[in-house]
Amino acid sequence: MIVLRLALQSLRNRWITAVLTILSIALSVGLLLGVEKVRSAARDSFSSTISGTDLIIGARTGDIQLLLYSVFRLGNATNNMSWKSFSDIAKRSEIKWIVPLSLGDSHRGFRVLATTGDYFKYYKFRDHRALTFANGNKFDDLFDTVIGADVAKALHYQLDDKIIISHGISAIGQKHDTTPFRVSGILKKTGTPVDKTLHISLKAMEAIHVDWRTGYKMPGHSTPAAILRRMPLQTKAITAALVGLKSRMQIFTMQRFVNNYRAEPLSAIIPGLTLYKMWSLVGTAEKALIAVSALVVITAILGMMIMIFSTLNERRREISILRSVGAGPLTIIGLLISEAMILTALGIITGTGILYALLLASRSAIDQHYGIYLTITAPTQNEYLALGAILLGGFIAGLLPAWRAYQVSLADGMIVRK
Amino acid sequence: MVDIENVTFSWPGKQEFQVGIDRFSLADSERLLLLGPSGSGKSTLLSLVTGIVSPQQGMVNILGTNLGSLSGSARDRFRAEHFGIIFQMFNLLPYGTAIDNVMLPLQFAPERSNRAAHSGGARHEAHRLLTALGIDETLHNQPAAELSVGQQQRVAAARALIGSPQIIIADEPTSALDRNRQQDFLKLLFSQTAKSGSSVLMVSHDDSHQKWFDRVIYLPEIIKTGETS
Repeated sequence: MIVLRLALQSLRNRWITAVLTILSIALSVGLLLGVEKVRSAARDSFSSTISGTDLIIGARTGDIQLLLYSVFRLGNATNNMSWKSFSDIAKRSEIKWIVPLSLGDSHRGFRVLATTGDYFKYYKFRDHRALTFANGNKFDDLFDTVIGADVAKALHYQLDDKIIISHGISAIGQKHDTTPFRVSGILKKTGTPVDKTLHISLKAMEAIHVDWRTGYKMPGHSTPAAILRRMPLQTKAITAALVGLKSRMQIFTMQRFVNNYRAEPLSAIIPGLTLYKMWSLVGTAEKALIAVSALVVITAILGMMIMIFSTLNERRREISILRSVGAGPLTIIGLLISEAMILTALGIITGTGILYALLLASRSAIDQHYGIYLTITAPTQNEYLALGAILLGGFIAGLLPAWRAYQVSLADGMIVRK
Repeated sequence: MVDIENVTFSWPGKQEFQVGIDRFSLADSERLLLLGPSGSGKSTLLSLVTGIVSPQQGMVNILGTNLGSLSGSARDRFRAEHFGIIFQMFNLLPYGTAIDNVMLPLQFAPERSNRAAHSGGARHEAHRLLTALGIDETLHNQPAAELSVGQQQRVAAARALIGSPQIIIADEPTSALDRNRQQDFLKLLFSQTAKSGSSVLMVSHDDSHQKWFDRVIYLPEIIKTGETS
């Protein structure tokens, strides 16, 4: 088709502005899709942190706070829950499994979680996936630790390495240096806070605190590991407990029971519900982010419109010539609109390409720094819709200059402007 | 071929300045020269004849069709089909090759396209016309912008002639050429229109071309311009 060929030749003659327009559309498309990708990846990795747990029980506190410190290892528990209450609840007939969690110590910035061997059986993430070992096994000896994938990677730990746990969570805390732990297992990557956690047994947690009173090591006291191994160590308090029930129908009954527990003020939360609550807090920021990137897209399309408008004057001759050889208004309007749509389409393709290239290149860095694992998948239906909307925007951006061009060509009559 | 009667017209936005034509006609295969200085209404006359604008009053009849009865897009198609138009200068798409420029009108005119196809195919016909008008074969695939002014004017003539439209309109086609080339150009143009039997309506301010034409009209004699009362 000669008209199309001539239009492309005309576009080629203006290639610098055309390329710049394509780039600006590409960047904004990349931004929009990128924000959308990161947002949904963040949401996924956030909501898939815990799965298959019916209730989380802890000392009386806010829902979100309990979730944050028990599952996300963020912040600290204001209070502990007594072992007595834990065993009392554990005896209830509704309970299928219950796993105690005890937090408070750390190792070089990574949290230490004391729990039982059941944790590795019952803690599930992302669609009921269980934790699996990349290397080694769960803790067997008192001073064994199982470390998350990120801990192993960041600190270059391997099986049987010895590590020292610090008291508290600040980097300058006193060290439990008389009781080194052996790495007995390394977990596979999960994309959850488990990757940044060191797991020890509840007994070990008691053992390393034998010589400690009110948060400080008693000077002169240092019980040797061999003796600690033989001591009858009894946990007195835990931070929280994960609970699985025999029937999901009992969730609310059990939650009410815990919330009204007489002996001690406790809270029970439903993880899915609280995750949703938390995400809706973040939701406003999320919407603002999408709004900003949508505005960027609109700006880019407006830029293209300005570009087409500004070339209209120099193309006035081209348009008059086409009109004089018989091109109708539809041809003229079609030419300008298809130019806008070709530029938009090329922008969308380039932008998507740039985004996927960036995702591929930065995936591991983002995972390492933010714990967000970006899965590289084809655009989702929503993303296709957004791309379709951008293409439609390109169409509309071509419409106005096209109409203007036609008006001008009518007013010019038979005069071919120079 | 062309009959215009009792027409008045004013350009949009310039209602106070009116152009009136009582009578104007062009016969079959006639070569008509319109002479007149600029501002004498020749652009208006050509716009009316080709149906780019419609008169406020009166009738423009082309090949038995009243242009006023056609819609805008029907007039566009009509123009593409029955007119070949040559402009003063700068009238080719500069990025397009000579051959593409010549073949361009066929995109909008099925009848001309058919005629061109019957005389050996559109591309063949375009090459033939270019060669007949003195454009060397090696230049046929050059972008129009790289041709000399004289060559561009011949390409424009070939574009107007392709598919043998009934009426060739030439708006000061020779003013960009020097004397010798003007004569050459008209000679080549008329040898082709004689072959196809097209009428020629040419506008010029140069009366030295009179001998080439069957009839000469001084524009001020047929066009009344003036302020409306």
